[in-house]
This record gives sequence, C-alpha cells and structure tokens, in this order.
Amino acid sequence: MTSPILPISKATRNQSSWQFLMSELKPRGKWLTPFNLISIPIILAGVVLIIIRFTQGLESVSNVNQEIPWGLWKGFNVVTGVAFAGGAYVLTFIVYILKVDKFHSIVRVTVLNGFLAYLFYAGALVLDLGKPWNIFNPIIGNSFGASSVLFLVAWHFLLYIVAQLIEFSPAIAEWLGSRRAHKLLSGLTLGAVIFGITLSTLHQSGLGALFLMASQKIHPLWSNEFIPILFLVSSVFAGLSMVIFEGSISQRVFFQKISPKNHEARNNLVQSLSKICAFSMFAYLAMQFLVFIHGQHWNLLNTPMGYWFLLEMLGFVLLPMALFFYASRTSNILLSRIAAIITILGIILNRLNVSIIAFRWDAATHYIPSWMEVVVSVSIILIQIWIFRWVISRMPVLSESPRWAQHTKP
Amino acid sequence: MTIDRRKFFKSIAITSMSIIGVRASGAPKAETDEHDSEFYGILYDSSICIGCQACEKACAKAHGLPEPTDKPEKGILRKTSENQRCVINSYETSQGEVYVRNQCMHCDEPACAAACLTQAMYKTKEGPVIWRENKCMGCRYCMISCPFDVPKFEYGSTNPKIQKCDMCYDRIIEGKKPVCVETCGDALFFGTRQELLTEARRRITEIPELYLDSIYGKEVAGGTGYLYLAPVTPDELGFDKRIQDSSYPALTKSFLYSVPSVFILVPTLLLGIHEATKSKKTKDENYD
Repeated sequence: MTSPILPISKATRNQSSWQFLMSELKPRGKWLTPFNLISIPIILAGVVLIIIRFTQGLESVSNVNQEIPWGLWKGFNVVTGVAFAGGAYVLTFIVYILKVDKFHSIVRVTVLNGFLAYLFYAGALVLDLGKPWNIFNPIIGNSFGASSVLFLVAWHFLLYIVAQLIEFSPAIAEWLGSRRAHKLLSGLTLGAVIFGITLSTLHQSGLGALFLMASQKIHPLWSNEFIPILFLVSSVFAGLSMVIFEGSISQRVFFQKISPKNHEARNNLVQSLSKICAFSMFAYLAMQFLVFIHGQHWNLLNTPMGYWFLLEMLGFVLLPMALFFYASRTSNILLSRIAAIITILGIILNRLNVSIIAFRWDAATHYIPSWMEVVVSVSIILIQIWIFRWVISRMPVLSESPRWAQHTKP
Repeated sequence: MTIDRRKFFKSIAITSMSIIGVRASGAPKAETDEHDSEFYGILYDSSICIGCQACEKACAKAHGLPEPTDKPEKGILRKTSENQRCVINSYETSQGEVYVRNQCMHCDEPACAAACLTQAMYKTKEGPVIWRENKCMGCRYCMISCPFDVPKFEYGSTNPKIQKCDMCYDRIIEGKKPVCVETCGDALFFGTRQELLTEARRRITEIPELYLDSIYGKEVAGGTGYLYLAPVTPDELGFDKRIQDSSYPALTKSFLYSVPSVFILVPTLLLGIHEATKSKKTKDENYD
C-alpha cells in the first residue's frame, strides 16, 4: 500500500513513467492487417476533408441546407450513435445496482465503448458547429440558455463523459499499476454509476425532446409528444444489440485476451441479453402502437411514407424482436447476432427518419449526404475503433484484472 | 402567461444548475425586467403593399447585404436567405394579386430563443428577436425549431453568421424606426403591439371591404411581433397551416419540468435498489 499514484508496476519498475508511456504507444503485432489497410486511407481522406471543412466552410463538404440544417454528422454520429452507447448505462445498472454478477466480465468493455462513443460524438458535433470556438459558452460564462433542451443535453453529455471515465478509471489504474489510485477510483464507481444512469435517462430522452418544437416539420408518423420516451426505451435494446454485436467481433479479434472461463460464459450472456432485448422491444413496439392509434394516422399508412414506416416497425423492430425471442429460447447464438444486426440497422433507420428523412419530408429540396460527409462519418467511427483496439490490447478490459486488483475492496 | 413561463424556466434553471453544481446566479437574467405589452412590433398591410421592394433594398443596404435583383412574381416563391433578410412575394388569390412580405415574425415566445443553448438568439425586452454573434456556437438548433424557417446560416463562411431580420434593433434603442418602416409609405406601421392591434382594428372597421376580419400574428405561434392585415386568408398567402396557435416553447415544457424530479427520484431509487439487494457476500465484491 505504499505504491505511488503514478505508474510503477513490476514490468516497468526500471523505466521512467515517460518510457513506459512511449513503449505503450507503439503498435503491437503486425500492422498490415486487412482492417488497417482499409481504414488508414479512409481516415486520411477524412482528415483532409476535415481540414477543407474548417478552411472553406461547411458548404464545401456538407450538403446541409437552409431547410434541413442537420445532416449526417448530427443525425447519424450524434443522435444515432448515442443510442448505441446506451448499453453502458443498462449494463452498469444490471451489474452495479442489481448486482447480477454474470455480466461483470462485459461491463468494462461496454463502458469503454460508451465512453469512446461519447467522446467521438462530441467530436462529430464540433465538426458540425459553425463557430466551434464558442462551444464552451453554454458551459462557462453567462450564456446559459437554460430553457433549451439542447443546453440540457450538452451538459449531460459532458457530465456523462466524466462519469464514464470514472467508471472505467480502475482499468487505467490497473494498467499503470497504481494500487492507491485503483483503490480510490474503485470507491467512486457506485456514485458514478448512479449519476451516470440518471444522466443517461435524461439525455437519451433529451435527444428525442430536441425535436418536440419541430414536431410540425417531421412527418406525423414519426412526430409525437412521446418521442422522448420512445428514444429512451429504444436506447435499451439499441445499446444491448451493440453489446452483442461488438462482443461477437471482440471474441474473435481479441480471442487470447478472454479467459476460457469467460469464453464459455459469453454464450450464456448473449442469451440473457437477447431476452432483455426482446422484452424491451416488445415494450417499445407496444408504445409505438399506442402512439399510432392515438395519433389516428390510419390514412397515412397507404402512402410511400406509410410503407417506409411499416418497414421500420415490422421489418426492423417486430422481426428482430421475434428472432431475439426465438434465439433466447433455443440458445441459438448465431440467430441472436443476426437479430442484433437487424436491430442496429432498425435503430439507424429510426433515428435518421426522425432527424433527417422524415424531417421536412415535404421540402422541395431533399437532403442527401455528400460522399465527403459519409467519409468523415465513417472516419470518425474508424478512429474510434483504432483507439478502442489500442486500449483493449493494453489495459485489462477484456482480460482479467491483475491479481492484486481483484482483491481490492470497494 | 409569458411571465409565468419565464419564471418557470428561471426556477428550472436555478434548480438544475444547483443540482449540477453551478452557481444559480448563472441563470438567465434580463427576462423579467419588462412585460410583453410594451413589445415593439410592425403591422404589415398587404392590402396596401404594392410590392415595390423599396423595403427590401433599404434592408439590404442597412445590413450590408447585396441588393436583391429578382422581382416578386406570381407562382415563384422567393425565400429569405443568408443574403436577404426580407422578401416580398406575389400570390394570385381569390381577391386578385396580393403581395406578402416575409421576414422574422419576432414571436412573443420565440422557439429559436428557447432552443438556443447559449442565449445567442434572444428576445429583447423591446420586442425584437436578435442574434448575438459572440454567443452563438453555430449549432443551428434555432433553424430546426423555428416554425417559420426564418434563421438562415452562412454555410459558405468559415466564421458563419445567422442572418435574420432583427427589426433594426440598434435603431430602435436609439429611438428610431426600423429602416423598412421608414422607407415604406403606409404598408408598414411601427409601434407597440397594443398600438398595432388598435391600428389594425381601426383599418378593418373603417374600410371593411379591403380586409378580412382577422389579424394574422395575433395568435399564431403564441402571438408574434409582426402582424398581418390581408384581404384573404393566410393559407392563400403561403403561410403554413400547420403552424399552431399556441406557444412553441411550451411544447418542451413538460420535458423540462421532469428534469429536476428525475434528478431526485432516479438516484434515490437506484440507491434504494442497491441497498435492498445488498447481501453480506457482496461486501467482498469488486467494483470495477
């Protein structure tokens, strides 16, 4: 218990902390993998486009216009991405509040995913802002637009990033081999979890509430006063589907990192997650149905937008819900993964519908993202995956914590 | 009613700020100083307007924007843009050709100002809704929220502005009339909202054959600073029928109301569940 806060672990006792950091920054293993070969050019192109965007204005890269001012970077990277990051608050609730221990092995990776997602969505937001140098105005100074839903969402974003960093910080302390920091930070976890779940319920629904004032601009099948609740409920299965999907990839890519015991347990976890997804999707579908009945929009179903709505509801909610039910009953892992992918596509569809496709559906000029916007959006995700991979291969996220950390009491 | 809303927002701000841990004095100030009936506004009389575009040109000159080159033409919809704060459009109606001016409506309860997270969009106590460059982040949420699609963004600029009519706020505080009103003969009339309503009713009563007996802007979007007199219904003049008569910021009221209670109830509930499910065994558990 005499170890300092700063890193000195058994492996690095002879090095300075600077040398330790430099050695950790170097890539590990071969780097000419197919993923790198594809992602590096895209990221480079994305960086060039970002430079163009800041030197020549939004117009040079993006197709957003006066009637549809929010495009792919907000509709996809921010509004959709946040829904996928919902897994973190659901899992921390299950593990730390309900204390269902079997999910413990995947909670760290999910929190890491959520943390990086928020960090990068905030990044996407900066690209989209006309005057990003004023981004601190709602945080400091006397410019509090406290009557704004966006003000609320911005604050909650910021606070939730901090809460997630605290939730994840014991892993960083283990990586640095700092026992005292680990003890201190582990003690903060429960508080961060409770605060984080509260923030999540508010900003997941807040993202929906952003569109309340624009309700007449969104096609009636997607706009209603219940958007906040629908966004919140759908973030549960959006986040968990992402956990299943990400898990199926991590399990292959980081095979060695996961202990044999956890490999076996993972199949059981997928089954349980499928069950939660299925039930929350049932609740979501029931709400959508009530909202639809309440809105009396039967006549709108037999229109092109109506078919689009039915496709979203039946093909991308009802179908994966049924698949999740069936998969969890028959413990069919492959089917769960397929259902998770369909659900993910369905969430993308839903969020884009509300924020872009059904937004000003009757406008003369429609918004179609430019290839440059798509490249930047994809680059952001790829950079996020790079950092995710860097963290996974260095910190005890998927792998077991070092022995000394396992016995630390909260 | 408006004052109630402001008080409410203020109390919300103070409550949530103190929960977040920020000094409550950071809550919006200015808003309780004056009451709404003294808001200045402009009455536009489309029965008199001849579509001469003198106001458009004066506006462009006063705000350093390029002079408009196109003319109002039936069947062609001209729109305000980042280069043009007001436009005159021509409509073929049941009463023949009618001109309509479009610009910021200067709502009594503006959606854009409620949407703005930095108070860059701001309802001044004099009445004009103005945009303040040093506060704006360029998020364009005001454009999403405005039911009239008024704020326009300079997408081509690296330091973009929001362009919209500000009712020549700098002139109003000097005691002068907006340039458009000064340029125009009788079609634009400047005054407090009460004066505008009185003037509008006087015109309707004196020459009933010229006007429909209604004032557009009296109720729409919770009341606007710009009021319209016309010989035909607003639908015939290109106004969106879907724009509601009640206030737009009120649509987010129940959501914002729920925030302080969520902040108290959810953590309590979570802590309760945590304590209730605690067993002796979990004492040895590792929180990481």
